Amino acid sequence: MSSTLIQVIAGGLLLGAVYALFSSGLTLVWGMMNIVNFAHGDFVMLGMYVAFVVWTLFGAGPWLGAPLAVLVLATLGIVVYFGLIRDIMKGPMLAQILGTFGLALLLRYSVFWWFGANFLSLPENLVGGTFDIMGLRIQASRLLAGVVALLVTLGLHFLLTRTSLGSKMLAVAEDSTAAQLMGIRPDTMQAVAWAIAAGATGLAGALIATFFYVVPTVGETLGIVAFVTVSLGGFGSVPGALVAGLLIGVIESLSAYLIGAVYKDMVVYALFLGFLWFRPQGLMGKL
Amino acid sequence: MKFKRIAGLVCAASISVLSASGAFSQEKTVKIGAVLPLSGSAASAGAHTKAAIEVAVDIINNAHPEFGNFPLAKNAGLAGLGGAKVEVVFGDNQGSPAAGQNQTLRLITEEKVVAVTGAYQSGVTLTASAIAEKYGIPFVNGESVAANLTERGFKWFFRTTPIASDIARIDYDFLTDMKASGVKSNSIAIVHDTTEYGVSVANVIASTFKEKGQPIGLDIAYTTNATDVQGQVLQLKEKKPDVVIMIAYTSDAILYQKTMQALDYKPPMIIADDSGYSDPSMIKAVGKISQGVLNRSSWSIGPAGSPTALIAEMYKKKTGDDMDDTTGRAMQAFFVLCDAIDRAGSTEPAKIQTALKATDLKPDQLMMGYKGVKFDEKGQNVLASSLIIQLQDGENYVAVWPKGNSQKAPALPYKGW
Repeated sequence: MSSTLIQVIAGGLLLGAVYALFSSGLTLVWGMMNIVNFAHGDFVMLGMYVAFVVWTLFGAGPWLGAPLAVLVLATLGIVVYFGLIRDIMKGPMLAQILGTFGLALLLRYSVFWWFGANFLSLPENLVGGTFDIMGLRIQASRLLAGVVALLVTLGLHFLLTRTSLGSKMLAVAEDSTAAQLMGIRPDTMQAVAWAIAAGATGLAGALIATFFYVVPTVGETLGIVAFVTVSLGGFGSVPGALVAGLLIGVIESLSAYLIGAVYKDMVVYALFLGFLWFRPQGLMGKL
Repeated sequence: MKFKRIAGLVCAASISVLSASGAFSQEKTVKIGAVLPLSGSAASAGAHTKAAIEVAVDIINNAHPEFGNFPLAKNAGLAGLGGAKVEVVFGDNQGSPAAGQNQTLRLITEEKVVAVTGAYQSGVTLTASAIAEKYGIPFVNGESVAANLTERGFKWFFRTTPIASDIARIDYDFLTDMKASGVKSNSIAIVHDTTEYGVSVANVIASTFKEKGQPIGLDIAYTTNATDVQGQVLQLKEKKPDVVIMIAYTSDAILYQKTMQALDYKPPMIIADDSGYSDPSMIKAVGKISQGVLNRSSWSIGPAGSPTALIAEMYKKKTGDDMDDTTGRAMQAFFVLCDAIDRAGSTEPAKIQTALKATDLKPDQLMMGYKGVKFDEKGQNVLASSLIIQLQDGENYVAVWPKGNSQKAPALPYKGW
């Protein structure tokens, strides 16, 4: 295998890990309460801006920016749950779609109004530059994002399958009335789910900001990838999102390099549709 | 008591008469529509252009004797229409051809604008100007370079900017000159997005170079607003072209520069085609890792006290950013349009169209470094021209070619970071 091809695959894996990282929050909300959060991309965007503000104010990297982004976004998640989601969940499907879509526009244009439309960027060497391993170039910032993606996925999976909090959350997801009879408060559990999902998304944003540009509309660019990743991985499946993210990253990189960048979306979506034809529940989802 | 009442009535009557006469003497306003990407991924370009048009409106509507003979600056308002003020109604095209069409329709039918300018992306200008054409309203564009815009037989479309064929010629002449001085430029790669702008400019450059016996070796097309460009950069890294021509909007331009740095790829020469690489926020974001990028531009700040320097100062004060080529070209088009309305002495679209056709502005009447503004029968400015500039220090572009008009010699090879 040529060294360039190894670079392409390595780049694809790291890219895929990032896709997985910002998709895990979406899959959690989706799986927990069957709500498609159209504002998800804009949560990522907010995480990026938190990292940017932390850098401008304190000159600090993601070591400070990432925890702060988790905190800010988790709080926002709770506010959004009690202020919007709890009510629109009782409404028709269309109200849910338009509700989160409205939230997306509100967040996007608030940031737009506050920060302006300019493209921003964090310095390239904020996370230790780039490693050169016998010609293989690995960006420290992407590696960090990749490692965190793995940890977050494992953490969420552990939380859902091994802890009592996770069991309670899943119980609410399965049958909220029955859970209530068992003494679990659905409201609290769902608010916790939103806090975790939004926090993980904010973390993703803060890490992506170290190697991507920051702009109010960046959520549009990233949001679509998250939706594809989640549906390929299986709605609600956190490990599924990781596998799907890695798969999409590698397929995108390989097809961009071998066939041409303009065809990479075509390849990804064709494989995606073909796969859903055989397995509509996604890689690890349940029907 | 009675007297008081009568006095009160007299007062009220006089007030109403005064205010009525005030309404009569109030100057007419000329409404012009501007369709710009004020939201969406090109919003930074849209916001810059909006600010520039507002500066132009200030220059036109208020007396600015310090501008000397710069058209429309000296008196307040448009002299040809008895000092009428210019009012600009903005429409947000969201960077989408469909929204561009709707907004132009709204400006024409509801806001009753007498002329339209815009719409930044060539693909949006394409649809927006088609609406203006249908309604017989002049559309003056200053920033879209796709060749086909002036090849549609339109009667109401006018364009002041250099276009794809001019760009191809400038790039070719520059490379020929560089070759003569010993710079290798045998293999050339073009990287472009698949928008109207990217495809048009790439095609025209490829065919122009081929005609002159210098075929393009590698053509890399990609979809705009990419999430990742590693594959494209690695293709370049493997093929090692002598020259890489980059045609990209801001978002992709930033990502390419970041990725080139991450993958340690420095082509010997990068020639960018304006748009993304001229956006001041791109230079702030990645200028330091893009040192030595070549670009084209018709904007030059000029000596202190000159109209261009004054405009640059007003613009910087308003936005905090430096004037760039794309914004300047859009602003120039707005001046050309207002100049035509002034000469027409009327807000009738047909008279404005006639005045636009008769436009003959000299270099000293322009803010951009064109050889003049004069439209051919297709509506294209035949005197548009451009310089090659270079981002030598990673912060400011300087003119490097042609020799007579340059501040510095081109620094090669590309330095990067």
